[in-house]
Amino acid sequence: MTVLGPRTGSEAVALYEKNPQAIPLAGGTDLMVAWNRGTLNHKTILDLSAVREWRAIAKTETGVLIGSLLPLSELQKDPVIFEKFPLLVQAASIVGAWQIQNRATLAGNIANASPAGDTFPPLVVYEAVVHTVSPHGPRSIPVREVFAGVKKTTLGPGELIASIELPFLKQNPDRQLFRKVGGRAAMTISKTAAAGLLWLKPDGAVKELRFALGSMAPTVRRLRAAEKFVKGKKLTPEIVSEALELLKKDVSPIDDWRSTIEYRLRVSQNLLEAFLLGHVPQR
Amino acid sequence: MSSAQVGVSVERLDAPQKLCGTAKFIDDYQFPGGLFGATLRTTIARGRITKISFDASFPWDECVIARSTDIPGANNVLFIEHDQPLLTEDLVMHPQQAILLVAHAQRVKAAEALKHIQVEYDEWEPVLSIEDSLARKHVIRGEDNVLKTCLVEKGDIEEGFAMADFVIQGEYRVGHQEQAYLENQGVAAWVEKDGTITVLGSLQCPYYVHKALVKIFAKPVDKIRIIQAATGGAFGGKEDYPSIIAGHAALLALKAGKPVKIIYDREEDMASTTKRHPAVIRHKTGVTKEGRLVAQDIEITIDGGAFATCSPVVLSRATLHATGAYECLHVRVRSTAVATNAPPNGAFRGFGVPQAIFAAELQMEKVALAVGIDSLELRRKNAWRPGTLTATGQHLKDSVGALKCLSICAAKSRYAQKRREYARWNSKRSNPTWRGIGFSLCHHGAGFTGSGEVTLASRAGVSLSQDGLITILAASTDLGQGTSTIFAQIAAQALGLPTSLIRIETPDTAMVPNSGPTVASRTTMVIGGLIERAAHDLKADLLKASRTLPRTQAALKRAAKVLCDGEPVKRYEVQFEKPADITWDDQLFRGEAYGVYSYAAVAVEVEVDKLTYEARVRQVTTAQDIGKAINPRLAKGQIMGGTAQALGWALWEHADFRGGWMRNSQLTNYLIPTFEDTPPMDVTIVEEPYARGPHGAKGLGEMPMDLPAPAVVAAIADATGHWFSQIPVLPEKICHELLRKSP
Amino acid sequence: MITFTINGKKRTYKGLAFKRLIDVLREDFALTGTKEGCGEGECGACTVLVDDLPATSCLIPIGQMQGRAIETVENLGRPDKLHPLQKSFLKHGGSQCGFCTPGILMSASRLQTKKHSGIRKAMAGHLCRCTGYQQIVDSIRNK
Repeated sequence: MTVLGPRTGSEAVALYEKNPQAIPLAGGTDLMVAWNRGTLNHKTILDLSAVREWRAIAKTETGVLIGSLLPLSELQKDPVIFEKFPLLVQAASIVGAWQIQNRATLAGNIANASPAGDTFPPLVVYEAVVHTVSPHGPRSIPVREVFAGVKKTTLGPGELIASIELPFLKQNPDRQLFRKVGGRAAMTISKTAAAGLLWLKPDGAVKELRFALGSMAPTVRRLRAAEKFVKGKKLTPEIVSEALELLKKDVSPIDDWRSTIEYRLRVSQNLLEAFLLGHVPQR
Repeated sequence: MSSAQVGVSVERLDAPQKLCGTAKFIDDYQFPGGLFGATLRTTIARGRITKISFDASFPWDECVIARSTDIPGANNVLFIEHDQPLLTEDLVMHPQQAILLVAHAQRVKAAEALKHIQVEYDEWEPVLSIEDSLARKHVIRGEDNVLKTCLVEKGDIEEGFAMADFVIQGEYRVGHQEQAYLENQGVAAWVEKDGTITVLGSLQCPYYVHKALVKIFAKPVDKIRIIQAATGGAFGGKEDYPSIIAGHAALLALKAGKPVKIIYDREEDMASTTKRHPAVIRHKTGVTKEGRLVAQDIEITIDGGAFATCSPVVLSRATLHATGAYECLHVRVRSTAVATNAPPNGAFRGFGVPQAIFAAELQMEKVALAVGIDSLELRRKNAWRPGTLTATGQHLKDSVGALKCLSICAAKSRYAQKRREYARWNSKRSNPTWRGIGFSLCHHGAGFTGSGEVTLASRAGVSLSQDGLITILAASTDLGQGTSTIFAQIAAQALGLPTSLIRIETPDTAMVPNSGPTVASRTTMVIGGLIERAAHDLKADLLKASRTLPRTQAALKRAAKVLCDGEPVKRYEVQFEKPADITWDDQLFRGEAYGVYSYAAVAVEVEVDKLTYEARVRQVTTAQDIGKAINPRLAKGQIMGGTAQALGWALWEHADFRGGWMRNSQLTNYLIPTFEDTPPMDVTIVEEPYARGPHGAKGLGEMPMDLPAPAVVAAIADATGHWFSQIPVLPEKICHELLRKSP
Repeated sequence: MITFTINGKKRTYKGLAFKRLIDVLREDFALTGTKEGCGEGECGACTVLVDDLPATSCLIPIGQMQGRAIETVENLGRPDKLHPLQKSFLKHGGSQCGFCTPGILMSASRLQTKKHSGIRKAMAGHLCRCTGYQQIVDSIRNK
């Protein structure tokens, strides 16, 4: 096993270019499990933990830039993120537990690309942008395009995540929701996870709906069909029930030992229904 | 007179070391020059090994390999039967069965070596379920796959049903449960210069390991020595399995001529060691319209796995608790343990009783519904009380706290008010949850079943050294439950000394007598009683030697000079004596099944989320009659810990067995309750003293596990209107049932 | 070569950069108070403090500890001179088998809240199979 330890972003890019087979390591909360199981033997590791410049939070007029290596516990403490992106803060607060959040990073979560990544539904409804660096220069990718499949991303060879940008919402949403449904109250992998933002017009018709589900497909999914369908409509029970049917168009849940298609679908629909009808209990 | 030592919450004697990280668990011991052992296991459920090949590229000269042919004595692990090989010769009876052992100086290399061994099999179709085993899909054991049957009969069952106004049938199922102690199984073994094989490890019953190793290594009893290290939880999981891992480490140590340590990682531990027995239990109950039970016909089948281990006694204990704590005129209990091609199931807190009580209590709910009376009233009418004649013909005389527990628990939980309150809550559609409360009652026979305690003839004692040190001598192990503190309190009380002047000898077969195993809720009641007797013997001697009772270390030393009479220590050992009025017929299952029973009632409140169907436990209220709490805080710790395990069994703990082994053998995916899943608990200790227990104490350790599961199911039914007959009640099942009712 | 402090003392480590922190503590520095229960960050038994924050030492490669301050249970108190938090665990029954205890103490030592719900949420990364948690919560609240 070889460990490469860059100290700056440019060093990291240069080392990664020379060692394209290397596995980038951030907080290690996922990768070290693989190491403990012996599946990383004889691999090269690109340990990014000493790259200080990627641990910062920067605020601009249009949004917040979260350094790729910022631990999730620090993300939760930032007052601007707390105020403007509460769904992400909620999600970060249920990734593993305290000890994990002190190590785990948003970029590590993204690069790992688990279908059950807890932070993804909020990132997707906030329409976050992933900023990467590589020998070919920087690139900005809408977060949902980063995910290519189960544990697969669209990041190219030598490409590293430098920061995640959360653009401020133009207007505060009228309703918002984050809900993770796992096997128990804490320390659990989600069976489904939902994030929603809803803006209404003065007459009660939908101005915009953004709704995303995790663990319901190989990658996190925005409910494009349902979002489009409700736009401009008042959320009557009939409209909502049609939206619930349309939910199925954007997801493909599976039966596995963790849960069932029936359960995942029904609970996701329940969450969407309660959200659209304004019945979401505040937890 | 010094102040009371019993009945007060003395601080744990072993806690300071545990709190500072200085208590030594087995993996905390280093053995310079020692090796680490690893176990090659079968990957199929049933068949024959045809070939084992070793990669030529691997440096095997760095390894020590032990096979079944290296075993000096018998290749079997003696427990109740001797059917389980230490290492399989070629017949594969279950997945995860040990084939051979590898040791290496580096821990990771030992594990890596296993990946360089290929095993080829002639694979046969396995028997993986209770139904397939009973149907003799294949005969994998004896003539009929049956490990053991039991029968209890009282009165005439047909006559009972003839008297009944209602006959109610029910079928109940429970799955495996993993002990999930935080410290995995582990031992170290070495051979002393005089040939003594010594094992130090995480274990519950040093003398069980001793008995097994005497046979495996064909050694005289004094040439096998077993020592308990600090043990990070056991719950039954370290009752029989340590004999296997100890045999493995000792075999490697013998072959290598060096100390060998084997420490399982979590996956290996969960995949290959014992679980709670899955069970299918059928009830047919006859009841009068006044709610009097007149017939209980019960059939129990448990899945023993591939070898007998403790299945016969788990089955008998389940059989003897099958009726619940209720008196009935006519009873028949027929039970069977069957073999399957899965790792043997074994001991787990409750030992067959949680399965029996799950079915019995849910059946009481069903009976109450059919008769149209409140289930608490039904329990009250039929619960055991002084004068009850049990199904085995045992006359209960005193220390019968069932009704007292029931009424205290009903009052403290405000059961009746809560039922109404929750009915109102549930009628309001806009509420985000359904709420419910459920109740259950149970008994738990303390100590070994039937003549077990007489056969064990346990010994324990105290010793006085020349220096005036008083030491407790018992093979009973402290696994976290507080045995050593309890023993010290009992001895201190008898001697009129503070607990701080009492030492506890390490459970080490070279140092302590055979007190039997630390199981069956017997330790305080039986061994505590022996220690009390021995302490009184010592006290009588001390009084002879010094006229007034010595109360300081210096005074003890002066008395010890006289009593020891030149010897380094004087030992006061006593042995369990059969009470004259206790009789038990092991063939007919008639008589005093247990010397005494403990009793408990619990009320569990749940809330089911209407969006996610998750059931959350809001509150647990329980009253438990344990005779006497020697240390109330430790007793409450046992009650709350056992309750949490039962909540886990009822709601989350699903062992995903496919192909004969547990696929979710990690703490990431076998979900035990966390801080956030576990509710506040309100515990009341009820003390109906048992004349033969020390200060009135009877069994405690297991009972808290016995009764919450049916109360959880009843609470979910109260909340959702749906009765589940199988646990865990996962949200998927609630979702499925509710959708089936009203899609 | 990696340098860091353990329990306030400067230490150097010259072995493999990818050895886990828990193994370095237990094997190279004989600090066996830190326990391994699962090897995947689930049970919390291996929790230590890194720069004053709890972290599971089974998921940390030692190479990431350059310049960091590591604190283990051995730094809290001794059996004859317990830390107030340890005294509270002794008094309220917060430790039974003791295997999860060192990790729990490390997180609890950094916990600010005394509210039941706050304690339960913050401590959720620690599994205990013995206590049912209530006596641990009591131990932390009443320290």
